[in-house]
Amino acid sequence: MAKIPFPVRFSAAQLLRAGLNRSWRWPQLWRTPQPKRAYQVVIIGAGGHGLAAAFYLARDWGIRDVAVVERGWLGGGNVARNTTVVRSNYYYPASAGFYQRSVNLFEGLSDTLNFNVMFSQRGILSLAYSPHELNAMARQVNALQLNGIKAQMVDRAEIQRRLPLADLSPQARHPCLGGYFHASGGTARHDAVAWGYARAADALGVDILQGCEVQGFEMRQGKVVGVRTAAGTIGAHRTAMAVAGSSSLVAAMAGVALPVVSHTLQAFVSEPLKPVLDTIVMSGLHHTYASQSDKGELVIGGDSDPYTSYTQRGSFSLIERTTVGLLELFPSLSRVRLMRQWGGTVDLTPDRSPIIDRTPVEGLYVSTGWGTGGFKAIPSRGPALAHLLACDRPDEHSTAFSFDRFARSALIDEGAASGVAH
Amino acid sequence: MLLIPCPYCGLRDESEFSNRGEVVVRPDPDAASDAQWVQYLYFRNNVRGWQSEYWVHTHGCQQLFVVRRHTLTQQIERPA
Repeated sequence: MAKIPFPVRFSAAQLLRAGLNRSWRWPQLWRTPQPKRAYQVVIIGAGGHGLAAAFYLARDWGIRDVAVVERGWLGGGNVARNTTVVRSNYYYPASAGFYQRSVNLFEGLSDTLNFNVMFSQRGILSLAYSPHELNAMARQVNALQLNGIKAQMVDRAEIQRRLPLADLSPQARHPCLGGYFHASGGTARHDAVAWGYARAADALGVDILQGCEVQGFEMRQGKVVGVRTAAGTIGAHRTAMAVAGSSSLVAAMAGVALPVVSHTLQAFVSEPLKPVLDTIVMSGLHHTYASQSDKGELVIGGDSDPYTSYTQRGSFSLIERTTVGLLELFPSLSRVRLMRQWGGTVDLTPDRSPIIDRTPVEGLYVSTGWGTGGFKAIPSRGPALAHLLACDRPDEHSTAFSFDRFARSALIDEGAASGVAH
Repeated sequence: MLLIPCPYCGLRDESEFSNRGEVVVRPDPDAASDAQWVQYLYFRNNVRGWQSEYWVHTHGCQQLFVVRRHTLTQQIERPA
């Protein structure tokens, strides 16, 4: 495993020196290179996924002749638009293994990248409001424990201890009956994940080309041999799509149809508060979940908009539904004002599991369908896509997430099994 | 809040409705190949632009109908 040749390594001593010396300038985190005529690998999309894939290609496979092309700015898509939750409470073994690997990699990520991603394993508390929901949770917890993932049922007294502000009383509109706690789940600083991977990939020689929109594919004898961009044609031995939201539009330029639909997923933050919530709380019944950021803002999310949309701005009816749910759970937050709201375009597959595979077109690889949960998977989908690009076949963790599983009816239906909260 | 034009009830808030996705044509059950069924079940055009789609007035008259909606601007019009 190659050592990463950072121009400046960050450390506590470095921070102290910079604090004492006001004139000290922080180094730029990555270069702004001119595109070369061709690369061994071109990755479309400089979000968390594309940058992580480039980093692992360079570090683990020695493939440093890599460009990551980005229409907008680095880390400006869904990696900047999520609710920063990291968890692995998935039902099927294929997903459980994949997302648990991601949690494991998150645990060492700040060290790996020499960049503080502020991973905080504060745990996730999911609440149940009917005996049926409680039974389904017990089944889920059994499956998680069999897969070696931390999860345990908790009773109402324990929930009240962990959520002092929540109204769990029998007088509440929906009295809470219990829940389960997923102790290894948590949050991480989303921008730091993108920036950390970008800085490390750049230090290893990867070119990150921002403001460089892909307008088409360069095809030769039915094979993708490069991309046509705003900055001219860039040749590539292998091209990968790590595009969220617009993936079916980009794939269509190569004549590839993807089984995804694009929906808006929105989230919002409140004004900063004193510490009131030290875990992540999810309620399927209320269609809402929340955590508190280090700055004190409540980070609130809900369902995705239930129709195709490329708007990157959520619907008002969802804001209403999500906040109503939050207030039923935490009535004392009724005077808290929302400060910011945003939306991202997510691509959803029919079974809510991703696709990491070759496409029917030679030279073109795809990683898509990360849906409402892409952020949490960044550290494991990076190496998965890097492996696919380096070896021309998926790694052991992602063989189940194949392109042809729909034709084979080999679905990994996490939408039904996990309920897939975000 | 989107206003959805129900052919029976008129313009109503989107929260009364369920979206049923873009209009798809079911293949002939007696003649369709496996590939056509896969296409019908799992693949959508997912356009960025005008799309014809089904809505159900779930919390109203229960009617299923088609509207045209622009997936980027959220403009809505009844089909001709």
